[in-house]
Amino acid sequence: MPNSWIDFLPTLLKGAEITIVVAFFSAILAVVMSFAAGLCRLSKLWIIRTLTAVYVEVFRGTSLLVQLFWLYFALPFIGVELPKMLAAILAIGLNFGAYGSEIVRSAVLAVPKGQWEAAVALNLRPWQRLWNVILPQASLRMLPPFGNQLVELIKSTSLVYFITMADLTYQAMVLRNNYISWTTEILVLLLLMYFVIATLVSLAVRLLERKWTAGRL
Amino acid sequence: MWDWNYVWDILPQLLSALKMTVWVTICAFAVALIIGLLLAFAARSRFKVLSLITKGMIEFIRNTPLLVQVFFLYYSLPLLTGISIPAFYAGVIGLGLHYSTYLSEVYRSGIEGVPKGQWEAATALNYTKAQTWRSIILPQAVPPIIPVLGNYLIVMFKETPILCAITLVEMMLTAKNIVSQSFRAFEPYTMVGILFLIISYIASLLVQRLEKRMNLQRGK
Repeated sequence: MPNSWIDFLPTLLKGAEITIVVAFFSAILAVVMSFAAGLCRLSKLWIIRTLTAVYVEVFRGTSLLVQLFWLYFALPFIGVELPKMLAAILAIGLNFGAYGSEIVRSAVLAVPKGQWEAAVALNLRPWQRLWNVILPQASLRMLPPFGNQLVELIKSTSLVYFITMADLTYQAMVLRNNYISWTTEILVLLLLMYFVIATLVSLAVRLLERKWTAGRL
Repeated sequence: MWDWNYVWDILPQLLSALKMTVWVTICAFAVALIIGLLLAFAARSRFKVLSLITKGMIEFIRNTPLLVQVFFLYYSLPLLTGISIPAFYAGVIGLGLHYSTYLSEVYRSGIEGVPKGQWEAATALNYTKAQTWRSIILPQAVPPIIPVLGNYLIVMFKETPILCAITLVEMMLTAKNIVSQSFRAFEPYTMVGILFLIISYIASLLVQRLEKRMNLQRGK
């Protein structure tokens, strides 16, 4: 029997590690997908635009939990078996990538048209225009909404509990099964740990934002 | 691979679970609309303590997962208060409370969008505080945010599968039950995804139309 809530910490910290690993890799995938899909939606080729729109609508229109279940429990029936970690990262990364693509798209569209024209006038190649002129200005606008999305992403990692991955939530629920009378302490501790992680991340984003803006002005 | 007969067999079950999903969403949205407005008022309050506590609460709820909050409502509250809450109410309160913190921000932006002169005019007309809110501020603050509120309704609809964790029999849990009987997961989970896609796509088209109409009305 535990003596105090401190006894739960080691198990929960082990879960926090998994939570952070899942959050880290799915955040990277989400950012990559956001830029890829966000820029593809601005493409001149209708086929690319349509395919990207389908990706965005499908992942935004269904639930993250449904996507996770589909990748982990449904896909094996057509012969694709994903490890838990990969299924989790794919579901969360693709889901948040679909939302993030709208952030990238609107930020790029918000860059004044004159900037594009100036880049053309300077004889920059299409990639240089994007990389040297447009994205540096657009990324400044993207930072705050991406920061919000990152907090949402961290919270959503709790869903990997459903595919029995040993994340923070899962560890807490195992502890709860063993010590039912400690349910409240365990759940409060769990809430606090998520709160600390999310708060630290949003503070880091705000700091980055300030540095970034300072460098630009 | 894809068995249509199986799909037709399970579709009625999924559709009746869809009704439950929609019902939970509507109830939770009503909770979020009301509590969100109260939070927006409390955060604006002149009593520093009240506004600080409210803002802290909003921050805490927004930075912790809905899943864990629902677990807390469903498992912990009965231990603390001795009253056990059925899964439906725990789900409605959990989902509603979680999104009330988001809606309070939406209300705030709507209230801040009302020109300052309107407040001054209300003071000049000797309106009481309640009158000012009821007949001057809210009628101007709410219509512009209706499309945003609609979007949150869709977001909440897509969060309902989480409630299967506390045995609320919505679409996800129904699909899970079907899978545990037939051992075929591909069709049920795909169908749940398709049903979600159809409803949220139609809903988002409606919200877009609403947005256009509101913009027209305001002469944009």
